[in-house]
Amino acid sequence: MHPALQGLITILIGVGGCVGYFYFSNQFLDKVLCPPRGPNAGRNINRANIIRPWLFLAPAVLALGLYLAYPVVETLRLSLSERIPGGGSQFVGLDNYRQMMGEPKFWEALRNNMLWLIVVPAMSTVFGLAVAQLTDRIRWGNIAKSLIFMPMAISFVGAAVIWKLVYDTRPVEQEQIGVLNALYLWFGGDDPQTWLTIPFWNNVFLMVVLIWIQTGFAMVILSAALRGIPEETIEAAIVDGANPFQVFFRIKMPQIAGTIVVVWTTITIVVLKVFDIVFAMTNGQWNTQVLANYMYDKLFRANDWGVGSASAMIIMLLVTPILVWNVRNARKEMR
Amino acid sequence: MDNIAGSKPHLTWAVHISVAVLVALWLFPTVGLFVSSFRTADQISTSGWWKAMFPSEQSLTLRTAAPDTQVQQGDLFVIEGNLFGQAGKAEISVFGISSKDVTAYSIGETAELRNGRKVTVQSSGDYRMTASEPMTGSRGSRVFVTAQTPPEFTTQNYKNVLFDPDNREGMAKAFFNTLTVTIPATIIPILVAAFAAYALAWMDFPGRALLIAAIVALLVVPLQLALIPLLKFHNNIGIGKGYLGVWMAHTGFGLPLAIYLLRNYMVSLPRDIIENARVDGASDFQIFTRIILPLSFPALASFAIFQFLWTWNDLLVALVFLIDATGETTVMTKQIVELLGTRGGNWEILATSAFVSIAVPLAVFFAMQKYLVRGLLAGSVK
Repeated sequence: MHPALQGLITILIGVGGCVGYFYFSNQFLDKVLCPPRGPNAGRNINRANIIRPWLFLAPAVLALGLYLAYPVVETLRLSLSERIPGGGSQFVGLDNYRQMMGEPKFWEALRNNMLWLIVVPAMSTVFGLAVAQLTDRIRWGNIAKSLIFMPMAISFVGAAVIWKLVYDTRPVEQEQIGVLNALYLWFGGDDPQTWLTIPFWNNVFLMVVLIWIQTGFAMVILSAALRGIPEETIEAAIVDGANPFQVFFRIKMPQIAGTIVVVWTTITIVVLKVFDIVFAMTNGQWNTQVLANYMYDKLFRANDWGVGSASAMIIMLLVTPILVWNVRNARKEMR
Repeated sequence: MDNIAGSKPHLTWAVHISVAVLVALWLFPTVGLFVSSFRTADQISTSGWWKAMFPSEQSLTLRTAAPDTQVQQGDLFVIEGNLFGQAGKAEISVFGISSKDVTAYSIGETAELRNGRKVTVQSSGDYRMTASEPMTGSRGSRVFVTAQTPPEFTTQNYKNVLFDPDNREGMAKAFFNTLTVTIPATIIPILVAAFAAYALAWMDFPGRALLIAAIVALLVVPLQLALIPLLKFHNNIGIGKGYLGVWMAHTGFGLPLAIYLLRNYMVSLPRDIIENARVDGASDFQIFTRIILPLSFPALASFAIFQFLWTWNDLLVALVFLIDATGETTVMTKQIVELLGTRGGNWEILATSAFVSIAVPLAVFFAMQKYLVRGLLAGSVK
C-alpha cells in the first residue's frame, strides 16, 4: 500500500477512533452504566461524575505512561543489566556504569556537555536579551525580530548544512568558499583552517549553531517580559535622572529575572538533548563528542544496550534538578 | 519608552546600527546556502557565494570550432565564430594560447600557434583563426581566456534534486515520506491531548493536581531514554520499524507539551460560559465539543505548529523508529545527513536538498508566526 494512503487511513482511524471512543464511552456511561433515572438516579449521577474524568484522560494517560514514564523505569533496569546472547538479560549491578566511567570517550562527552551547558544558554540569553531590548525601541523592530527568530524553524540538520558551508575549507591555492576562511585569510591568516577539526575550538563552532537557533527563542520570551514591565517604574527612574543603561540594568533586569531563569532552563534542556548537530557535523570526532551522540553510538553502533542505557540515565540525572524545580513551581502556581 | 531614545539621537543611531548588524549576522549563513542552491557546481567551487551577485573574473579554457568548419578565403583557410557559442555571455580581457601563460595577449592582438595558425580574439569572444594551409585534426585549438562573466543563476539544481526520475539522492521520495510522517503525527496528539486537557482544567476529581505535576515533569524527560524500551516494545507487539511506530512515538513524545499548553489555555476561559452551559443541561461531552474546542483554537494552532516543526525537523525519532535496513522509508533529514557524509563536497546538491527540506517549515513559520509566539509564551514553564 502506498505510504501516503496508509497515512490518510491512519489519520482517519486515529481521528475517528479518538472521537468514537470519547463519544461512545460517554454514551455508555450515561445510558447503560449509570443512567440518571430510576431508583438510584442520584447515586448514578455521582458515580458518572467520578468516572467521566478518567474517560477523558484514559488515552493520554495510557500514551504518557507507555511512551515516557515506563521507558524511564525500563532504561534504569537495562542500565543495571546485561544482555545474554540468545535472549534474556541478567542483573549486573553497576558494571555498565563502571565500564562507562573507564572510557575516555565518556569523559570527553561529559566535559563537552558541561561546556555546552555553560556557553549555549548564556550566549543565547545574552543575545536574546540584547535583541529584545534593542528592537523594542525601533520602528522596524518586528521585522528584525522575525528574521532573528527564523532559525527556530530550521531543523538542526538543515542548520548543520548551513554552517558547514560557513566553515568550509579549500586547499590554499584555491579560492575559499567558506565565509570563515575567506575572512581569516582576508585578515592576514596564512593557511586556510579546517575549523571543525581543531580540538576544543571545534566545540565552540558547533555551539555557535545552537546559539544561532536558540537566540530567537530567548528573544521572544524576554521581549514579552520586557513589554510586561509596568511603565511607571521606568518613568520614575527617568524622572530621577537614570540613564538608559541604569534603567536597563537596575530597573528592568531585576523585574524580568524570573523569566530569564525560565529561558535559561529551557535552553539547558535543549542542550542536554543536543544530538542532530553533532551527529551531522562531526559525529563526535575530533573531541566533539556529547552525551546524546555517545549514547546513540553505544545503542545503535556498538549495540551495547547496557552502557547506552547507563549514559541515557546520566542525561536523565542532569535533567532531574530542572524537573524538580519546574514541578515545584507549577504546584506553587496552582495553589 | 520612546522618550528615552528620543532624547538621545546618537543613541538611537547606535541602536539602529547594532540591530542591523545583528540581523545581518543572523541572516548571512542562511542566505549563503540559499544563493548557493541557485549556482552551478563550478561556480560554487570556484568563488564564494557572496561574489555571486557581482560579475566575476574567471579563467576559462575554451576551444575554437573544429577544423572541418574552415572556409577558404583567397589563399587563407579561416575559422570564425565565438568562443562562448554566442556573443554577450562574458567579456574577455586577456587571452593566451598556452596553459603556461594565459595572459600573453591582449584583446585584438594576433597570437601565433606552433602549427602556423594565427588567432585573433575580440572581447566579446569572437575569434578569427587563419592558416595558410588547410587545417587538420578533429578538435579545435585551445584558447585560454580571462573573462568577466555576469552573475548567473540557475534552477537546474532544483530540477535535478526534485524532478529527475533517476536521481540517486531520492529527495522527492524523502519529501513525501516526511509529509507522511508529519501529518498524522501532528493531528492525533492534538485530539488526545484536548480531551485530557479539558478534564484537567474543568473537571474535579481526586489526583488532578498530581497528574498535572506529572505532566510538567514529563515535559522535560529526555526522549533518549525512550529509544530502546520502545523499540523493544514495538518489536514485541509486531509493528517493528515503520510509519505506525513513528506516529505512535511522536504522539507519545508530543503529548506532555500539548496537554500542558491546552490546559493552561482552557483554564483561562471564562467560567461563566461553562457553568451556564451546565445549568442549561449540557453534558461534559457537549460542553467540550461545542464550546471549549472552538474557543481553544489559538492554543490548538500553537501546538499544531510546534508539533509540525518538531516532527518535520526530527532526525533521531525517525532514525530509531522508522528507517529500516531497506531505506524505503527514509526522511529528508536522514537523506541530508547521508549526503553530508558521502557527497560532502557537492555543495550544489547539498544546498539544494537542504533548502527543499527547510522551505516548508519556513513557509509555515512566516505564515503562522503569531501562533508560534503565543505558544512559546504559554509553553515555557513559568
